[in-house]
Amino acid sequence: MEELRVVLSKAGDISPIKSSEYVSVGGYEGLRKAVEAPEKVIEFIKASGLRGRGGAGFPTGLKLSFTANTPADQKYIVCNADEGEPGTNKDRVIMEEIPHRIFEGMAIAAVAVGADQGYIYLRAEYPHLKKILEEALADAREHSFIGPNIVNSGFNFDIQLFIGAGAYVCGEETALLDSLEGKRGEPRFKPPFPGVAGLWGKPTLVNNVETLANLPAIILNGPEWFRQIGTEKCPGTKVFTLSGNILNPGVYEYPIGVTIRELFEDVGGCCPNGKKLYAVQTGGASGNIIPPSLLDTPMDIERCSENGATFGAGDLMFIDEDRCLLDVLENLIEFFEHESCGKCTPCRTGNPQLLALIRKFKNGTAKQSDLELMLELGNVMVGGCLCGLGQAAPNPILSAVRFFPEVFKVNNNYERGAS
Amino acid sequence: MASTNTSPEILEQVAAIASRWKGRPDMLIPVLHEVQAVAHNSIPKDVAKVVSYEMGIPIAQIYSVQTFYSFFSKEKRGKVLIRLCKTAPCHVKGTKEVLEAFESALGIKAGQTTSDGAFTLETCECIGACDVSPAVLIDDTVYGNLTPEKVDELILTISQMEVDES
Ligand SMILES: Cc1cc2nc3c(=O)[nH]c(=O)nc-3n(C[C@H](O)[C@H](O)[C@H](O)COP(=O)(O)O)c2cc1C
Ligand code: SF4
Ligand code: FES
Repeated sequence: MEELRVVLSKAGDISPIKSSEYVSVGGYEGLRKAVEAPEKVIEFIKASGLRGRGGAGFPTGLKLSFTANTPADQKYIVCNADEGEPGTNKDRVIMEEIPHRIFEGMAIAAVAVGADQGYIYLRAEYPHLKKILEEALADAREHSFIGPNIVNSGFNFDIQLFIGAGAYVCGEETALLDSLEGKRGEPRFKPPFPGVAGLWGKPTLVNNVETLANLPAIILNGPEWFRQIGTEKCPGTKVFTLSGNILNPGVYEYPIGVTIRELFEDVGGCCPNGKKLYAVQTGGASGNIIPPSLLDTPMDIERCSENGATFGAGDLMFIDEDRCLLDVLENLIEFFEHESCGKCTPCRTGNPQLLALIRKFKNGTAKQSDLELMLELGNVMVGGCLCGLGQAAPNPILSAVRFFPEVFKVNNNYERGAS
Repeated sequence: MASTNTSPEILEQVAAIASRWKGRPDMLIPVLHEVQAVAHNSIPKDVAKVVSYEMGIPIAQIYSVQTFYSFFSKEKRGKVLIRLCKTAPCHVKGTKEVLEAFESALGIKAGQTTSDGAFTLETCECIGACDVSPAVLIDDTVYGNLTPEKVDELILTISQMEVDES
């Protein structure tokens, strides 16, 4: 399959700061079309079949309609640029190379739902982007792409940049809103969903950077054009992040449906030094770990879950034969233990327990009952945690037990000292 | 921890920053970022008290917020902050050996500050530079594709940049 740039079209060829250069490659044309017929925007996005690129894959048109249909004196658009999922750096590249496309997407969404204020929640780990985004925003404001009376339409829409302070859970949309309000970033109970009651209790559209950056092309070229790309249930392209033990780690945009094998062999260039591939973690740190026998799985939300993989935000971490899978699992659960906000018990106490169990397997002291306990605990967390962090934290372990049972050696005689 | 370590000059700067946002609790996080930059990369209790007074936010709330986020520290840190990523994609490419190289080059362990107050070494979660794993964030700049051999050179470069600046 060929690389296809929609979100990253012209990215890197033009100045990220100057709106005039973005305009010279067709930029802000989607916005101009949107302000002429704002009522058509949601119709278009719904018909395009666009789904959220932040990990959950929620239909974007439907989300827009929730916020649009909730009457309120004030509504907000929030761009989720927290990008905390380990193994993901695609939003960083979009922001570095073509930030005006994100502003344009936010403005289109604002016109569609009737919001006049937007926020970009940028993770603190991207300090260099603060400067780029601030300068690009100032340029957009100067040329009336944001601010009062955008593109002479009578609509007002401004964007403010907010810098996080290092907390993975703040990527969860309701935790992000609490953080924007100046509080600890702890996920809220849902419902109400942000679309209805979000920032300061007002209807708020929260979308991922890449989702928003898809809107201009859909408005400009129409939903039929978009539907020709990708798969039936997941139209469009995806900006994938490849990491780990491959020759060419990085960010690549392909139509959805490209197989993991194509991304591994043709794009990633296989493992360096002639090493064999041992496993692939799909969909980020909270995604499933799959064996090489599943490499022909297409990267598409439905096909991934049918095959036991995770689409997530389109991340693939390749693990070669020299790595110890238990070591990787320990590292992953340490991450979740550290990043758990502590609000709910299954996650706050579940992760340290999972970690202790994995360590037992690492040092060869695990018994059959530990394996059973680990699976039971994992399933309790999947079903009982308040937010996606705790719900997804056991995924790497549960999938590893399924696909790599040989790694989980039990020693039932351990207690008798006969190891 | 003594609460009166921070110099009066710094506390005055802190007050000037925080007083601009009296009655705006939503501005606490941006204020803490700004305050930390003038107060030895840290927000000790005496600094937090000034922020509390100037913004009209209870000290407990400031403590609750500052301890939630890993970019804020209660302890005084070095002039240069070295944050080495230890998350899985970096881990599988050899972070452990790189960390050991940093520790031996600086003569400190992760979480510590050199005795001259120049460097603090921390480990952190993914900094979104997995395309150049193993990666480190030194103040505002990412350095990637690290090997233990490259660490000495990197520290030398950073030290030189510090000397040039002062
Ligand atoms: C722990 C956790 C972390 C998340 N981190 C991010 C993130 O960094 N960026 C992001 O866009 N979505 C993240 N999400 C998903 C958001 O909650 C939300 O679904 C998304 O921003 C919606 O945008 P979309 O519909 O455009 O994908 C995270 C979810 C969870 C549970
Ligand atoms: S699942 Fe974890 S991160 Fe999410 S609310 Fe519960 S404790 Fe917090
Ligand atoms: S895991 Fe180290 S930069 Fe992403």
